[in-house]
Amino acid sequence: MNVDSGEAGPLLSVTDLKVSFFTPAGEVKAVNGISYDLRRGEVLGIVGESGSGKSVEAYSIMGLLQSPGRVIGGSISLGGENVLEYGRRQIRNMRGNRVSMIFQNPMTSLNPVYTIGDQIREALTAHSRVSRGDADRRAMDMLDLVGINNPEKRLRQYPHELSGGMRQRVMIALALICEPDLLIADEPTTALDVTIQAQILALMESIRKERDMAIIFITHNLGVVADICTRVAVMYAGHIVESGPVNDIFYAPRHPYTLGLLRSIPRVDDESRERLIPIDGTPVDMLNPPPGCPFAPRCHECMNICLRAYPPATAFADGHAANCWMFDRDVFDREMAEREMPDL
Amino acid sequence: MVEYIIKRVLLGLAALIVVSALTFLLMNLIPGGPFLSEKAPTAEVLAALEAKYGLNRPLHQQYFTWLSDILRGDFGVSFKMQKNRPVIVIIGEMFPTSVKVGVFAMLWAIVAGVSLGCFAAYKRGRLTDSVLRVVTTTGVVLPTFVTATILLVVFAGGIFKILPVIVDKNAEWYAYILPCFTLGLNPMCNIARYTRSSMLDALSQEYIRTAYAKGLNTAAIIFKHALRNALIPVISYIGPMIAYILTGGFVIETVFSIPGLGRYFVQSIQNRDYPIIMGTTIFLASFVIIMTLAVDILYRWIDPRIDLAKEA
Repeated sequence: MNVDSGEAGPLLSVTDLKVSFFTPAGEVKAVNGISYDLRRGEVLGIVGESGSGKSVEAYSIMGLLQSPGRVIGGSISLGGENVLEYGRRQIRNMRGNRVSMIFQNPMTSLNPVYTIGDQIREALTAHSRVSRGDADRRAMDMLDLVGINNPEKRLRQYPHELSGGMRQRVMIALALICEPDLLIADEPTTALDVTIQAQILALMESIRKERDMAIIFITHNLGVVADICTRVAVMYAGHIVESGPVNDIFYAPRHPYTLGLLRSIPRVDDESRERLIPIDGTPVDMLNPPPGCPFAPRCHECMNICLRAYPPATAFADGHAANCWMFDRDVFDREMAEREMPDL
Repeated sequence: MVEYIIKRVLLGLAALIVVSALTFLLMNLIPGGPFLSEKAPTAEVLAALEAKYGLNRPLHQQYFTWLSDILRGDFGVSFKMQKNRPVIVIIGEMFPTSVKVGVFAMLWAIVAGVSLGCFAAYKRGRLTDSVLRVVTTTGVVLPTFVTATILLVVFAGGIFKILPVIVDKNAEWYAYILPCFTLGLNPMCNIARYTRSSMLDALSQEYIRTAYAKGLNTAAIIFKHALRNALIPVISYIGPMIAYILTGGFVIETVFSIPGLGRYFVQSIQNRDYPIIMGTTIFLASFVIIMTLAVDILYRWIDPRIDLAKEA
């Protein structure tokens, strides 16, 4: 099903999205006003540490937020329609059909008491009237596409009879059988070993090319991002702190947090034997976030204003942008001048 | 599979022998005997009676005679309550009445219990859930005779006089409402509680999220994806429960004067009618064993991960 017929306009457009969890201890602003566009065929990597809001953001697109989480502001526009205004039935029609999702743990994401065939067929019959025979044929084609041999036999098997990599392939088959426009992959390779990871990534990439599908790839693994993504958004404490084309993020990172992330991953080809540089401090307490930039307490470049106000986005070339006061010339100059003043 | 069933049947037979031996021993340890109540017979008459039924022989001899008899299908005759009638015929007469009450009690317990359990789990933490929790807890802790008495007072006398007090062989269908309801109430509440907790567990699993992500409707998610996974602990309660309910709740049968097997069993103990005690015990025990086996086979059907051959 094609959502956007025209060439112009993004497939998905998230504007100032805010998601909060209303816990007994108080409101947790898990996603705090993020915006981005995603075009057909694009792969957006959303990177961030645990609790940065990257998964929550993705779940809110699918309407899969669990209580006490709630979208409290912004819009998510899919092919021009705001999915946040969808009724129950419309959400159901969207899930698995226009937007699909695959999850981190393939071992527990499939129902243990139904066969692979049951579970794939069901994804199809939830959205269209198909005969059992047709559903079987399409399920087998799909299994074939995701590289599972002997699909006819697999359809009759149960999840526990398959390996982890195979199950993730089944999850992909099940997510893609309705030919969605957008696939959300929530750390799909984290639970797999490295060789299988590479296979799954290659598989996703080939299907994306074939179908001109968009992918949102949520991960904390920067290596995976470099492999598959065209654009990257770096999240910290519910904000997108930097976003841009994948090469800009890796070779010309602007935000101190992105810099810190890149410096803390080991590299096989690094001969200099330099020590890895971890980011100091601990992640933000999301119940009591600091008033200004949430990264300020851990930031080596921290200025006075960083503790008071959240920085606006500064755009660089090619859709590369970062939210940091350092890039606001006026503010930066003023801060530097203050620093040079002698103590009175 | 066949191998597993054979093994379980053999184990069941062993259990039956242990049960019968223990019952036989305990039964003979209770003071008194079948011929001692009401007007006591003279010593000569008593000796003659005991000789006739073989009660003067040593205990182990009596037991082995009984055991070899039932292996030939002979459960003996009643000593007292229905003098000289075969035990097997008496059980055959009593059992259908118990089953009649039991089947309906069981059906309502399972249907209502599972549905209420699912409903409470779906509405977790809301008012409906809290109300159901209070109701089911009450149902679990109230002894059957208390519930039965209250219901009798309310519906069959004290307040409304719409249902009969006594349920005999010729009773109309509505006479069975109270006993069936009461007999099923406690199991219903237990089933609802087990279902609720295992449904909560199932609903929090990741495959439920997958099911939502596929775009399935709530009914399919709850009844197809969650319930089947949630049923295993519930089934292990329901299996033996069916055996107990079908063979008659003796409290219910006593309160409502239903001529069923449960009540008769208790009377046979009071009357020291040894062959009936033994016959009924074996009957009840085999029933429980069969239901437990049925449950284990059902597990395999519900959850394909369970490998019966391995467990044998």
